[in-house]
Amino acid sequence: MAKSASPSTRKARSSGRRSPLASVSLLVIGLLATGGAYALFTTSATAATSSQVSSMVSDGQKLFSSNCASCHGLAAQGSGVAPSLVGVGAASVDFQVGTGRMPGAASGPQLEKKPVQFTDAQVAALATYVATLGPGPSIPSSAYLTGKGEVATGAELFRVNCAMCHNVAGAGGALTEGKYAPPLAGSSAKHIYEAMVTGPQNMPVFNDLNITPEDKANIISYLKYLDKNPSPGGLDLGNLGPVSEGLFVWIFALGSVIAITVWLTAKSN
Amino acid sequence: MAEQGASGSDVQKYDASVSAGTGVVTSDRIDNPGFEPFRARVSELDSKKEKANERRVAMMFGLSMVGSVAAIVAYIIFPIVPGDPGSVRTNTFLLGLGLALGLFGIGFGAVHWAKALMDGHDLVEFRHGTRGSDTTRAKAVEVFHLGNKESGIGRRTIIRNTLIGALVLFPLPGIVVFRDLAPAADPNDQLRHTVWKKGTRLTKDPSGVPIKASEVTLGSVFHVIPDGLNDRQDKLEQKAKAAVLLMRLRPEDLHASKEREGWSYKGIVAYSKICTHVGCPVALYEQQTHHLLCPCHQSQFDITHEAEVIFGPAKRPLPQLPIAIDSEGYLVAQSDFHEPVGPSFWEREH
Repeated sequence: MAKSASPSTRKARSSGRRSPLASVSLLVIGLLATGGAYALFTTSATAATSSQVSSMVSDGQKLFSSNCASCHGLAAQGSGVAPSLVGVGAASVDFQVGTGRMPGAASGPQLEKKPVQFTDAQVAALATYVATLGPGPSIPSSAYLTGKGEVATGAELFRVNCAMCHNVAGAGGALTEGKYAPPLAGSSAKHIYEAMVTGPQNMPVFNDLNITPEDKANIISYLKYLDKNPSPGGLDLGNLGPVSEGLFVWIFALGSVIAITVWLTAKSN
Repeated sequence: MAEQGASGSDVQKYDASVSAGTGVVTSDRIDNPGFEPFRARVSELDSKKEKANERRVAMMFGLSMVGSVAAIVAYIIFPIVPGDPGSVRTNTFLLGLGLALGLFGIGFGAVHWAKALMDGHDLVEFRHGTRGSDTTRAKAVEVFHLGNKESGIGRRTIIRNTLIGALVLFPLPGIVVFRDLAPAADPNDQLRHTVWKKGTRLTKDPSGVPIKASEVTLGSVFHVIPDGLNDRQDKLEQKAKAAVLLMRLRPEDLHASKEREGWSYKGIVAYSKICTHVGCPVALYEQQTHHLLCPCHQSQFDITHEAEVIFGPAKRPLPQLPIAIDSEGYLVAQSDFHEPVGPSFWEREH
């Protein structure tokens, strides 16, 4: 089979040459996709008709019944192993399901980030359904998620409110009994905002009266700045501070000092 | 009696040929082993190897030249662009690499040269005595006598004694001045009190905006500084003692003792953020377990039980700040902390 596959395609591939139409069609596909996504997003966010919402709610309810109700209960009232979801808001669902933490794979010290189990539309439907159960934080407006706020203000707020657990460079850190604050590098602006406003798992809540939405946008800007700018001090070694830096110095710096000493004092052959 | 008999029998065991009163002095000095037998190195036996080593040394010095030039080139080609931390990183990294190569090249080349090519015989250099020759010593004594005679310091006792007095007194102002570098106020008093007092509003760190009780929702944590702290000259010194963590728990989760029942407001509690172990900021609050973790030495405090220590080296619970609300609904302190915050100090009695 592989041999009979036309030799011309193989040749074209090996030479790395593409048809001149390839880039054009790629462009068209890209434009259609972004345009379509934009249209979808704007309708769902601003101009959603009540019929669309109600269909999302019923879709979400079905998804909830088949995927979540075994632990959270058919009416989302919670159980011995899972909390009630009444009043947790759309933001909470979007964070937990959108980062793959929910549905949980196994009970443990902490639910971990993993591949997302639902499509974006399904996550939105679930969030819409849970939001109807009681008032709670909604999905943040995109105005706060641009990452174009004041980085210095965001950095100060991050140092006061977040750095003790998440590390000053957002590298994460250990908590008690196997729990940990996850690293923040590469987290999406929306999920960072939702985490602050809902306080997932053992993270405390930072409501809008504690840290205003503008200040949340500043914190996100700081984290996005860290993502984009390398550490000016050279190798950051995971930004874990004295542990990784000390290990590096003990092994490599002292190792080379010992190696040079041995070479220096050995007789030439 | 029995002992005497025993010691008497011991004495009889000594060999009569050894004098009992003389200790035998043994020397534990290691004998000088002398030099190892001379062994010719490959450079001395094989002219090809000698050439190869010569090339290696030259290569090291050559690498050093390359490194030095590369450092200059890198410094010019990758300049530090203001506002771009990435350029600092590239610049310093390449500059350092070039300088390191320049220096290590010289060092490694010189050592290899000495080890492989320079004359390889062993030799001993003896220390010379430190005592000067008799003529030098006599000369020195003569100089002293001449000095004494010319200055008359031995004869003019009033000059000698006042000079000694002046030299003794001269350092005293220094001692008085340096003594005053110690804190003027009683450190004991400073460590026992913070700027919190009755009616001081709890405000957000760093903005200083006062906090209403209604803003502290369940599961929230606020990092708190006392009102007016930002306007103080000694802001940082005071913050180091007065920093507070504010949390809201379900009131039924709090197990307050009798005398502390009025210290919280509807499940809102305020605790000192300064660890009682060595004073790190304890702020890793887990909102489900209500444990506070100190990141420095892993002390854990249970907020549901008045911040008692449940793990780690801390000895005392975190001091609690009694809080209430004022007429406008803002959270205020009822008083200062009832005990010194932070780690133990000399004068703290318990």
